[in-house]
Amino acid sequence: MSTRLATGGRLLNKEKAVRFTFNGQQMRGFEGDTLASALLANDQMLVGRSFKYHRPRGIVAAGAEEPNALVNLGVEGKFEPNQRATTTELFEGLLATSQNHWPSLEFDVGVINAKLARFMPAGFYYKMFIHPRPLWKHLYEPFIRQAAGLGQAPKGRDADTYEHFHAFCDVLVIGGGIAGLLAARSAAQAGARVLILEQTAHWGGRAPVDSGGIDGKPVDKTVDELVSELSDMPNVTMRTRTMGAGVYDHGYVLGYERLTDHAPETDGPRHRLWRIRAGHIITATGAIERPLSFAGNDVPGVMLASAVRDYVVNYGVSPGDRTVIVTNNDDAYRTAIALKAAGLDVPVILDARVLPADSPLMAEAKAAGIRVMMGHGVAKVLGGKRVTGVAVCLQAGEGAVREEFACDAVAMSGGWSPVVHLWSHCGGKLLWDNDFAMFRPDVDKAPTGADGAAFVSPAGAANGHFGLTEIVGDAHAMGHAAARATGYEVTPKPAPDATSFEEAPLAPVWLMPQGAGAPLRSKAWLDYQNDVKVSDVQLAAQEGFESVEHAKRYTTLGMATDQGKLSNINGLAILSGALNQPIPQTGTTTFRPPYTPISMGAIAGEARGKVFQPVRRTPMHAWHDENGANWEPVGHWRRPYAYVRSGESVHDAVMRETKNVRENLGLLDASTLGKLIVKGPDAGKFLDLLYTNMMSTLKPGKCRYGLMCSENGFLIDDGVVARIDEETFLCHTTTGGAERIHQHIEEWLQTEWWDMQVYVANVTEQYAQIAVVGPNARKALEALGGMDVSAETLGFMEWADGTLGGFKVRVYRISFSGELSYEIAVKASEGQAFWDALMTVGDALAVMPYGTEALHILRAEKGFIMIGDETDGTVIPQDLGLHWALSKKKDDYLGKRAQERTHMTDPERWRLVGLETVDGSVLPDGAYAMADGANENGQRTMQGRVTSSYHSPNLNRGIAMGLVLHGPERMGEVVAFPGTDGTTYQAKIVSPVFYDPEGEKQNV
Amino acid sequence: MSNPLSALNGATWSDGIASVVEVPMQGMITLRGDLSDPVIKAAATAVASVDVPGQGHANCDDSRGICWMSPDELLVLCSYEDVAANLEKMQSTLDGVHSLCVDVSDARAVFEVSGPYAREVLAKLAPVDLAPDQFTKGMFRRTRMAQVPAAFWLQDTDCFRIICFRSHAQYVFDLLTVAAQKGSAVDLF
Repeated sequence: MSTRLATGGRLLNKEKAVRFTFNGQQMRGFEGDTLASALLANDQMLVGRSFKYHRPRGIVAAGAEEPNALVNLGVEGKFEPNQRATTTELFEGLLATSQNHWPSLEFDVGVINAKLARFMPAGFYYKMFIHPRPLWKHLYEPFIRQAAGLGQAPKGRDADTYEHFHAFCDVLVIGGGIAGLLAARSAAQAGARVLILEQTAHWGGRAPVDSGGIDGKPVDKTVDELVSELSDMPNVTMRTRTMGAGVYDHGYVLGYERLTDHAPETDGPRHRLWRIRAGHIITATGAIERPLSFAGNDVPGVMLASAVRDYVVNYGVSPGDRTVIVTNNDDAYRTAIALKAAGLDVPVILDARVLPADSPLMAEAKAAGIRVMMGHGVAKVLGGKRVTGVAVCLQAGEGAVREEFACDAVAMSGGWSPVVHLWSHCGGKLLWDNDFAMFRPDVDKAPTGADGAAFVSPAGAANGHFGLTEIVGDAHAMGHAAARATGYEVTPKPAPDATSFEEAPLAPVWLMPQGAGAPLRSKAWLDYQNDVKVSDVQLAAQEGFESVEHAKRYTTLGMATDQGKLSNINGLAILSGALNQPIPQTGTTTFRPPYTPISMGAIAGEARGKVFQPVRRTPMHAWHDENGANWEPVGHWRRPYAYVRSGESVHDAVMRETKNVRENLGLLDASTLGKLIVKGPDAGKFLDLLYTNMMSTLKPGKCRYGLMCSENGFLIDDGVVARIDEETFLCHTTTGGAERIHQHIEEWLQTEWWDMQVYVANVTEQYAQIAVVGPNARKALEALGGMDVSAETLGFMEWADGTLGGFKVRVYRISFSGELSYEIAVKASEGQAFWDALMTVGDALAVMPYGTEALHILRAEKGFIMIGDETDGTVIPQDLGLHWALSKKKDDYLGKRAQERTHMTDPERWRLVGLETVDGSVLPDGAYAMADGANENGQRTMQGRVTSSYHSPNLNRGIAMGLVLHGPERMGEVVAFPGTDGTTYQAKIVSPVFYDPEGEKQNV
Repeated sequence: MSNPLSALNGATWSDGIASVVEVPMQGMITLRGDLSDPVIKAAATAVASVDVPGQGHANCDDSRGICWMSPDELLVLCSYEDVAANLEKMQSTLDGVHSLCVDVSDARAVFEVSGPYAREVLAKLAPVDLAPDQFTKGMFRRTRMAQVPAAFWLQDTDCFRIICFRSHAQYVFDLLTVAAQKGSAVDLF
């Protein structure tokens, strides 16, 4: 059984016990424990069930690469699935539950899948559930989705907060191991501004656990000294619990800082996403040990040799009294020596190699009295829910058992792979290193920046160096090079003097024993998280999935939360073997950010709750809110759709408001309409090019409605243009169009017509604009007093500056409703006061504020088009019968030539008409008119569609506009519009102007 | 009827690692033109009484100043009451010179964020290097804060002035209070 040792545990504070709960069971650990080390200390070897076969699984690793020990953490607002126990720091009251089992971890009925394993090979789901087709959607997929997946999706609202932080540095060092610290120091000594990130809570990485020394001192002493030296340097920033998650172009890096995961009761955000711009990046990300592929290598108690060493040295945890070591390299001997030093038993070291002489580490192990069997490996692991022993065979053979050892744990090492993820994110290439059987960064093919120079350098183990001497030398040099690359002068100092053991070369072992037959291969796991075995990858190759990317997706090797950190190289090697090609030819799958999963909260940052999205508010927003506004989002603005009174439905309110405008007086908050000032000697000429109609002939004091098209001829915006003076125009845009049209104008001005003397300013928000509309509109303004608004002085389509009720105003006499109407602009800071004044004088004139829906109905009654309803990016002015707004006198305007293309002049284009249901009902918006026959795809032929449809309270029936084939030539014809409710609506084609076609009401 | 209401009527907040205040109405005039033209410069300096700043900079003195907005745009700051008179003065100076001069005071909201962590609060929201030796007094950034456009400068040590659009005032105020929440110091600067 695994347990806590009486001594050891360099990261623990044994003075402080910490209580936590796993699957409802109270357990105890120490401050400094990870959840994984604490579980092992409590003999909790079984921590989860595997994804597909529901096999019992235990902790394999001690760091970010852990594939098995994924748990649900917390409850409700703090619930989070798929958290790695190995990177979860223990805290008082931690609540964890295991995943992917039913009804319990100890007894899981899903284990039946394991019995059926030989019927569930790679591609099983694809092969099995494809026929009959309809069953996939309705039966198979829902069932498989139910059964699959590791953790559960959180249901509660996240109780925590998150944030982003923008940071800048010359040299960013990712990884706070000995290599990272040394690289940071050499860069910082040259004067560079250095930021160093370490994903764990501790500096120094794994060097203090392994043997060796620097400058005659043990490594942990050197680490302490380096940390204190760096923290005293003003140009160095150090962050623990911050992972370098991804490297992107232009030296952009995401760092993922976990602030309160280990102390959830603390104030402040839980995670912080660092958005870093670095001049140069050093990836000192270390290396990950590879498992060995032997039968039963997934039984709880089989662990990476380095992890066993970590648990003993860092956490004072024994994985069991007796640990068998199985290896193809020297490094695992360190684990044997560490176990012995802790007073534990190592019955045997199974070394797959056959070597002529003992290396120093081998000699040390033997001197400690450990039996070493060279040329041997594991035939199979004995035990189910935990290791009870190993059966030993010859590595060169087929697995005949020569001897059995009883044991509680197996420590395996298949060699090391540099963590090349961050190096590769932005295109760093890899080289196959035959000596160490691994991919290492090809430093001559680094990710390059805009200047063609490398902006990422690997250092230390991440660069394929494993001896402490090489690591120290490499990191020291890379720090200098990075400082130089960011423009600092380097006075090189010699690298610290490190000592390390001479190690014997590794022998690549991809399958143990090398001649293992099918029964053993189908129990030899490559990918623990996805239940992929040696036999699955071989089957995929046999079935023709030769590309590594295809094999990955077919078998799921290297997918899910660990992205194949342990399985990648072993899987590639098996695939290469099956394809009979060298490993570099097979290549790797693509490394993509993030390095390990980061929280959704961190990605969203502050953007949740009230600041999820900016809401734009007009100066009268609060008044609307207090007066029953039913809000409608228009771009980022919120506009009142209607002002609902108590006892009224929204529809009732819309009807009331619409009628009141025609009969009495309505007020509309039109502040959101875009207002662009266009000024300069060439302003008229410029606007003639932007608008389809002539603007240069407009007289100061007058207004004109204009259309804007894209260069492809399609309508993009409309609005009223007012000429302020000889050189100045004020162009109104639609609510959603202000920024877009401003950009459109600036683009043409800056890139095509840069020789024109014109300046543009967006003054949309400078003004509150209020439409005063209805037969009583003039009376209301006269009641305020201050300027002459009579028909004689201020005619239709004219504007004037003046005062009303003491407010400085600009009054535009324009109408989007067909009523007598004034749009009045005041300074935004006076908007609410002016609105109040209008409401006060309007009281005797039956005033009502009205919302956007009433506005829509009023304009539809008049047949006025709305950008976004009658247009959808494919509609040209000619479709809408707006020929009168297309100047024939002008040589050119944006869209003119496009509108001359044959497709644009095709008489078959659908054109705007009014639609009137024969029974007065309301046509469904967006409904299509059917024609006879079918098109080439066998779909029913259409002959038109509804673009706007409302109930008009003034006409007391449904009115609609639509685009119909040959529409204007078919007046009086009845067309059928099937609805989605099963009924077919019959509508007569009529003129789109339903109300006051002579325009008498607005011209009073 | 001159009783101008700022967007948030002077809202304040100080329940975190920095304090946030909405500054009363600030006079602002956008001036566009050829910034190398002495007449354009004179139009700005005559009302602001400070020199025209270089790229990425602002010369601000309490409520008066000039901010560099783009290669052909300046933002002239003055007291809100003086805007109309200053605008007229600038327009007469600029008579005959191609330029655009327009009052944008009401289109904006202004905030002040202050305290020892003010730099960090801004660095959470804007992609700007705010290290004390990198962003110094006299500098001006026209940038974004989270999802909206904004501009800022150092009014005083540990005190930033921020300009945003008036319609975004509530969002920016909320944003600053979220970024300055208790316990959120980065302790970097």
